[in-house]
Amino acid sequence: MSTSVLFDAPGPRGRIRNHTLTVVSVIAVAAVLYGIYRGFDAKGQFEGKIWQPFLQWETWDFYIIPGLIGTLRAAAVAAVLALAFGAIFGLARLSDHKWIRVPAGVVVEVFRAIPLLLLIFFIFYLAPMIAGGGDYAFMAVVLGLMLYNGSVLAEVVRAGVHAVPKGQSEAAYAVGMRKNQVMRLVLLPQGVTAMMPAIVSQLVVLLKDTALGYIIAYVDLLNTGFKILPARFFGSLIPAAIVIGVIYLALNMALSYLATWLEKRSRRSRKTAARPVAAPGSAEVGVGAGQGTEGGGLAPDKPLE
Amino acid sequence: MDELIKYGPDLALGFLENVKLSIVGAIAALLLGTILVAMRVSPTPVLRAAGTVYVNVVRNTPLTLVLAFSALGLSDQLGLVFSETPTTNSFWIVAMGLSLYTAAFVCEALRAGVNTVPMGQAEAARAIGLTFMQSLTMIILPQAFRAVIAPLGSVMIAMIKNTTVATAGGFLLDSAAVMKITFDTTGASIPIFLGIVVAFMALTMPIGFFTGWLARRLAVVR
Repeated sequence: MSTSVLFDAPGPRGRIRNHTLTVVSVIAVAAVLYGIYRGFDAKGQFEGKIWQPFLQWETWDFYIIPGLIGTLRAAAVAAVLALAFGAIFGLARLSDHKWIRVPAGVVVEVFRAIPLLLLIFFIFYLAPMIAGGGDYAFMAVVLGLMLYNGSVLAEVVRAGVHAVPKGQSEAAYAVGMRKNQVMRLVLLPQGVTAMMPAIVSQLVVLLKDTALGYIIAYVDLLNTGFKILPARFFGSLIPAAIVIGVIYLALNMALSYLATWLEKRSRRSRKTAARPVAAPGSAEVGVGAGQGTEGGGLAPDKPLE
Repeated sequence: MDELIKYGPDLALGFLENVKLSIVGAIAALLLGTILVAMRVSPTPVLRAAGTVYVNVVRNTPLTLVLAFSALGLSDQLGLVFSETPTTNSFWIVAMGLSLYTAAFVCEALRAGVNTVPMGQAEAARAIGLTFMQSLTMIILPQAFRAVIAPLGSVMIAMIKNTTVATAGGFLLDSAAVMKITFDTTGASIPIFLGIVVAFMALTMPIGFFTGWLARRLAVVR
């Protein structure tokens, strides 16, 4: 539903009221921002001295970039593993054999239900008991992210394959394809296109969740920003927080943008008959809900006749 | 198994803190999220922009960063203090960060719900002379809420699982923190881990079933 339909095109009095509201809300927003600024300023957070480190290349070279690499490395390894885990368990859940389907379903449901941080703690403490001493922070973060996001991706895979119209597999069986061929040649190529936006949204979640490594002292961006930098340059916590906050935002927003772009593209795509699968945890309601400004129970990709 | 029995009471107390955080977070996030969604559909462009910026910034920031910033930045550095008792203070700091974070997701869910309300209803509301606030509170939002009960349930389940990140906000009494302390002394213990996992599942699964049932029951047939 278009938002503009909620209110009339304003008349003279309405325009005055809207202008007053605009002024009031500008003042309110400005007051909040100024309040934050004053608070920071009162504590001397805008002194050039504590921002100085961020203008020097050494700070970036020694602290921020290694932290960023730590984050990206964990995210990249976990993403590859999670995609593999998701593909294997997603397809296993679609199996015709009960002895494959049921255990895979249990694994997926359980790992989806466990709070991720508990999983990471558990792996972090379990690893030294099994494999002897060492630093397992990276491994715990990566395995935790793999198990959790892999389980979510398994559901995405299942939904993607289900999104291909049933007639297609019936037709494929009718022309004499085997089950393996149907999956490989008909369902998966179309399903993957439908899954892409949901997969990329889940990768945003994965990238965000690497920050959990902070709690078990994995050296990621958050750790360098909140523990190492303020210890090295005393008092620069707020500047560090702002700088790394902006880096996280830029990374995630770029990925989110990619997801939206992919979704728009696959919605237009003629290569697949499957509609894009909703991103897990996104607020998908009814048919075609929440996708356009029009709404009203009509799938946006269905032409009006 | 002995370990679970030995540390059970501590872990149960920790879990109770997670439950308390969840309740406070759920109420605050629902209220804030509703205000945010009203901002995002309002006739005032500045409020719309402020709401959009807030939701996009918060959704793309890790919760760990939000909580660590609330504790180390806002509380320690800038003196935002809710209580003199350190544990009570960190509880409210975490509750604040958690609800500010969850509110963005509640807003997104509700906005999808607003999109399900047919145009004609808003037009009719306007035609009988309802103002923006009246049509929002009497026509649009009640239906939007009914349409998004199940997604809101998922948001709440995610929030309950997120209460374990309270450690990042300096709150050291929740079950994840207690589990970590226990593991420091006993090493990883499968019974303890499974115990907490079962406790969380006992909390989240009924919510999933209940919101699913409620969503079917209250669905607006169109």
